[in-house]
Amino acid sequence: MPVTKLEVTTAMKVRTLMRHFRESLKSLGRNGWMTFASVSAVTVTLLLVGVFVLIMMNLNKVADDLENDVEIKSFVSLEADEARVAEIETAIKGLSGVETVDFSTKEDELSDLVLDFGDEFSLFEQSNPLLDVFYVKATEPQETENVAKEILALDGIEEVKYGEGKIEKLFSFLNTGRNVGLVLILALLFTAMFLISNTIRITIVARRHEIEIMKLVGATNWFVRIPFILEGMWLGLLGSILPIGLIVALYYNVTEFVQPKLSGELVQLLDFAPFIYQVSALILLMGVFIGVWGSFMSIRKFLRV
Amino acid sequence: MIQMKNVYKKYPNGIVALNGMNVEIKQGEFVYIVGPSGAGKSTFIKMMYREESPTSGQMLVNGVDLAKIKRKNIPLLRRQIGVVFQDFKLLPRLNVYENVAFALEVIEEKPESIRKRVLEVLDLVGLKHKARMFPRELSGGEQQRISVARSIVNMPKVVIADEPTGNLDPETSWEIMNLFERINASGTTILMATHNREIVNTMRHRVIAIEGGLIARDEAGGDYGYEG
Repeated sequence: MPVTKLEVTTAMKVRTLMRHFRESLKSLGRNGWMTFASVSAVTVTLLLVGVFVLIMMNLNKVADDLENDVEIKSFVSLEADEARVAEIETAIKGLSGVETVDFSTKEDELSDLVLDFGDEFSLFEQSNPLLDVFYVKATEPQETENVAKEILALDGIEEVKYGEGKIEKLFSFLNTGRNVGLVLILALLFTAMFLISNTIRITIVARRHEIEIMKLVGATNWFVRIPFILEGMWLGLLGSILPIGLIVALYYNVTEFVQPKLSGELVQLLDFAPFIYQVSALILLMGVFIGVWGSFMSIRKFLRV
Repeated sequence: MIQMKNVYKKYPNGIVALNGMNVEIKQGEFVYIVGPSGAGKSTFIKMMYREESPTSGQMLVNGVDLAKIKRKNIPLLRRQIGVVFQDFKLLPRLNVYENVAFALEVIEEKPESIRKRVLEVLDLVGLKHKARMFPRELSGGEQQRISVARSIVNMPKVVIADEPTGNLDPETSWEIMNLFERINASGTTILMATHNREIVNTMRHRVIAIEGGLIARDEAGGDYGYEG
């Protein structure tokens, strides 16, 4: 008897793909409460993740605002003439890690003082006791201390002030805050993945008998798998609709309510516009990814028929 | 068609189900597989569609050596064989039409030809009018007829049936047997494991009796040969 060789063709026809799409949608309907259970699990976890991301990103923004407010006030000594001041400016600009340099004459300084504390200070206009000042910002707020030391070493600089001692504490506090937030977000993401893929696993375990039958009738692994994976995708999509809606509405109200009160303040919330769309996209992608991944992983062991 | 040479099957738990079996079945034959429970009948049948694989020996079905077939090519083998199970194995979430059509969808047939062919076989088993019903809404006999329809829809050269009448009452069993007779008459090989003495003794065909993993008896037009 001649021995025939069998080869599976991997190319899938477009109409088969269309069939898989139809089947996956049909299956959502026919699975009734299983679909409901999975979508609910996705909804709840994504809502949690979304709210948490909103909070953490804004706390991060607040931390950034605080850090970026730190600047080095460099006092120019009285002996320095105009030429020397110009030299100092170039020298500061030449330092590595310097982002901006703003020069303020002692007259500017005094009028700021008058503006802040009242006319009594205008008495000093007769004989201004203040010094010319360079306001310097470091590119990296964490580098402030080093930059300040370098500026102080320059000839013609009398003194530098940058909140030494205080900013180090602030920075380390903010850093701890960020790390804790990151760990929490990762833990939450992990829990979400686990919870959702577990729910999907339950629905697939309930259908392992069907998978076995499909295989016995001659379906290839991909033929069985794709509708399940697409179904997982729909579950993720459906499950992310409500969280996205709620989060957009929530953040819209928060920014509407809080933003006007913060106008002109040092600390600002993240703007509604690009931020909330990024968070929405993140939630949508996570939903889809978790759905697809959960289905893929759950179906694996039942395909060995 | 089907050829076994020295086929030996030992399960991981140490039980030897087939102990060096040799058999040849030609295209168009109708063969009953009989024997006591646990004698190796089921293993023999399951090997035909590669639910079990031989531990050693050569086993050719349609010219393909099942001892060597790659896992990813198993679906292709199964598409050339129709299988009817004792418990029907219909997909509970698909209706009658979709269950039968499934066997054609996996081979990526054209929708028009799927429709035509499915209605044709549903007509053959006399259930065209129940195409939209779901398996749970049908009687056991009707479900088995659907299962038979599915097994022949892609025109396989061989249909393998594992106790197809095991869950049916005598009257519906005869209906199923009449279907098998008609399928066989059109040239399809039928391989049927059964415990039904009345059927074997009435519709006479080749009988292969398996005992202790070996062929105890192989006679054309034989009788069931066991009590009850």
